[in-house]
Amino acid sequence: MSVLELHDLSITYRSERGDVPAVRGVNLTIEPGETVGLAGESGCGKSTIAAAVLRLLPKQTRVEGHVLLDGEDVYAMKPGRLRAVRWTSAAIVFQGALHSLNPVQRVGHQIDEAIMLHSSVSESQARRKSNELLERVGIPAERSRSYPHQLSGGQRQRVLIALALSCGPKLLIADEPTTALDVMVQAQVLELLAELQRDHGLAMLFITHDLSVLTSTCERLAVMYAGRIVEDGPSHDVFGDPIHPYSRGLANAFPTIGDPLSRMNPRGLAGDPPNPANLPTGCPFHPRCDRAIEICSTEDVLLMSASPGRHAACVHVRSGNA
Amino acid sequence: MRARFVGSKVAGSLATLLFVLVVNFFLFRVVSDDPTAKLFRGRNLSPEQIQRKRQQFNLDGSKTEQFFAYLTQTLKGNLGDSFLSNRPVTTEIREALWPTIMLVGVSTILSMLIGIVFGIYAGWRRRSAFDVGSTTFSMFTYSVPDFWLGMILLAFLSVKLGWFPTGGFEDAGSTKSGLAALLDQLHHMFLPALTLTLAYIGEYMIVMRSSLLDTINEDYLQLARAKGLRDADVRRHHAVPNALLPVISLSALNFGYILSGAIAVEAIYSWPGIGQATIEAIRGPDFPMLQATFLLLSVSVIVANLLVDLLYGYLDPRVDGR
Amino acid sequence: MSVISATSVAYSPKRFKRQRRKQAFREFLTRFRNDRLAVAGLVVLLAFTVMALIAPWISPKGGLSAVESIDNPLWAKPSGDYPLGTDHLGRSVAAQFVWGSRVSLFVGLAATVLTVAIGSLVGISAGFLGKWTDAILMRFTDWFLVIPFLPLAIVLAAVLDRSVWNIVLVIGVTSWPGTARLIRAQVLTVKQRLYVDRARALGASRSHVIRRHILPNVAPLILANVTLAVPISILTETTLSFLGLGDPNKVSWGKTLEEAYNAGAITREAWWYYLPAGLGIVAVVLAFTLFGRALEEILDPRLREQGR
Repeated sequence: MSVLELHDLSITYRSERGDVPAVRGVNLTIEPGETVGLAGESGCGKSTIAAAVLRLLPKQTRVEGHVLLDGEDVYAMKPGRLRAVRWTSAAIVFQGALHSLNPVQRVGHQIDEAIMLHSSVSESQARRKSNELLERVGIPAERSRSYPHQLSGGQRQRVLIALALSCGPKLLIADEPTTALDVMVQAQVLELLAELQRDHGLAMLFITHDLSVLTSTCERLAVMYAGRIVEDGPSHDVFGDPIHPYSRGLANAFPTIGDPLSRMNPRGLAGDPPNPANLPTGCPFHPRCDRAIEICSTEDVLLMSASPGRHAACVHVRSGNA
Repeated sequence: MRARFVGSKVAGSLATLLFVLVVNFFLFRVVSDDPTAKLFRGRNLSPEQIQRKRQQFNLDGSKTEQFFAYLTQTLKGNLGDSFLSNRPVTTEIREALWPTIMLVGVSTILSMLIGIVFGIYAGWRRRSAFDVGSTTFSMFTYSVPDFWLGMILLAFLSVKLGWFPTGGFEDAGSTKSGLAALLDQLHHMFLPALTLTLAYIGEYMIVMRSSLLDTINEDYLQLARAKGLRDADVRRHHAVPNALLPVISLSALNFGYILSGAIAVEAIYSWPGIGQATIEAIRGPDFPMLQATFLLLSVSVIVANLLVDLLYGYLDPRVDGR
Repeated sequence: MSVISATSVAYSPKRFKRQRRKQAFREFLTRFRNDRLAVAGLVVLLAFTVMALIAPWISPKGGLSAVESIDNPLWAKPSGDYPLGTDHLGRSVAAQFVWGSRVSLFVGLAATVLTVAIGSLVGISAGFLGKWTDAILMRFTDWFLVIPFLPLAIVLAAVLDRSVWNIVLVIGVTSWPGTARLIRAQVLTVKQRLYVDRARALGASRSHVIRRHILPNVAPLILANVTLAVPISILTETTLSFLGLGDPNKVSWGKTLEEAYNAGAITREAWWYYLPAGLGIVAVVLAFTLFGRALEEILDPRLREQGR
């Protein structure tokens, strides 16, 4: 049974200024132990999906489709079952650890709280377990008595990782875990995540806008644009030989190491991400696309199979000259 | 590190105290050239008594010498004699102290507790009927002069309905003692305490609500929910401890306001406290008493501020250099 | 969203600035009009101001004089002749209400102007000049903040003569710290914005920077603060007058309440004597608060974002 299944997931935020469709018909499956990356610019809906998995969206948000966690429909759960499932089936490593941790509570206590919530151990047993977890992520146990502001950015991120693992989830959702960290620390955190994923056989959903990070940590890659998945497939293929013009633009934004010319001619994407409340007609990418043809402004293309194991949402796939 | 924090706060308070003493001294000396007139106005003192006073307060010396004499005498506890009663000011104050402590103590505690609790619920369930109702109520009580509220309550609950006495500390000529005396005093204190509490509840409610609203958007609440905590626990263990911090800061400032409010309220209800003593001193004018009550009230607020600062430093780990 | 057309080259900078200001003002009016409570507040304030201004015409001053009221009934309930009844000396309470509003409103406004003037001076100096000036001024401000204002006001009022102007002075001198703190914070925020640095780098003088960059950004906050400070000044004047520190020759709402209380209006259940003045205060203070809050919300960009 898959660890996570998203069926035709559509999420619409309600605000005073009208409805904003953040996610439009997303399908995604993650098998046990599988690592999947979700890439896209800000505003494409990827963080919304992360929050949706554990039903953390604001009350008035309209959610259509299904989110199945370990086969159970998250949005059909009763509140008690939902609270039990949270953190034990899936856990999230949020970004911006300084704001994700309670500033007036010691970090050790914040992990203890999670452990004691989902098991009937005593406080000292929980304390022992959380110290073990901290050591596992590279933080000495004495630091468990520290407050978040006393730790460095990298240390705080590790605390969040330890916290996420504390109840033995099957799925780890990492929402931009390395943004706001400097490159050296980034590499350490990524390595740690990869290690833990292997040791515990975790399924992982890695969300980021930084494509380069995904290729080394994920088996599969899905690229999101304007609330939809526009391409998915094995990460090396998607990065090395992208089909959808948007993926191509994302991949090209990175200079090729060893090739001085590529640094001189950055081939990034022109324009800005679309406003979800005001999407272009037809294919939402067409205003920025260098391969747009007439039909692109009128017909909205859905994901279709481009080759075994790969999908892309582009007219050129249909015509065969992607 | 903690010691340095405490030290700096205490030093700051002492500096403020010195400032108050300077202001207190110069206010009265500056206004009149002949301090003898102000100090001994309309009293029959023998020449020896006058001479002794002149020496005590060094009235023949320069302004600076006079100030130091004033300082020494104050620290020794000699605040002069009341113009109206000829008794030492310190005696008058000692007698008036307890009623004010009772009244202000009870009112402060009640207005804090009720205001904070109301504020938490109003903020947690924003725009609910409770929120709108309590915010409106707070706005009204903020606009009402505290002593006028006292007059209304007096007119209605005491004169019209006869449920409470119209003033005073206990029944005149009372020979009760022990519990009976205390109950009698509480009966007399009900209306003034109700007035003061109602007048200052609004401040606490509004600030608590506003602070909680600030906290509601914080990321660590989302993490707390993701861990599987119940809504009430998220509020109790994560939101409130953080939201309470600004309110605690406020309570020191508010204490100054309640003390000020007590002056007029004590006048309305003939409550024999420091406020009433101040009023009578104005009518005199009884300058030694006025100076003394001003000093006492200022010192109370300085001490309250110091205690609150230290408490805040203890509760918020980010502040005291931990 | 407005689009600047290609013919914008025909616009002079001055005209553009005026257009922008007009548009900003129009937006402000729309948002203000939508806040019905604020509009109600403004209407109430205008009503009271008009009443205060036309006082000599709607209520002859003789009504206030005890001598001229000697033939009037004492403690009379409200009736046709005396819409708010008479007091213990036979004077018309309505006259006291109308004339009292003048002093209360005047002192409230004048004291606020003084408060804001001192507070702005201190706040802008501290925020802009920084370093030692800031440290010293802020220490001074903190001291004043800690001293409970009413005892200080009482002591000041007691040693000075009793007059309206002295009350204004007393309130101004005791209330400025709050304003100073607020304005200093805003000046610091503006100072941090890059364009101030750039202006200085380009060689702009301090006064130029203050005039062109700091003041326009701080002014809206000062305006909102003024509106919210008036109710505090009015309440303080009321309390001081009630305690007997007001001008003995002028009628104010606080004074009316003092006389009512001392004459025993409460035990006599003469509600018409002490209710109107109090209600007047509540109305004016509420109106200023509603109006001021709406102003603050519209003018303070931070509050606007959070849509409170």
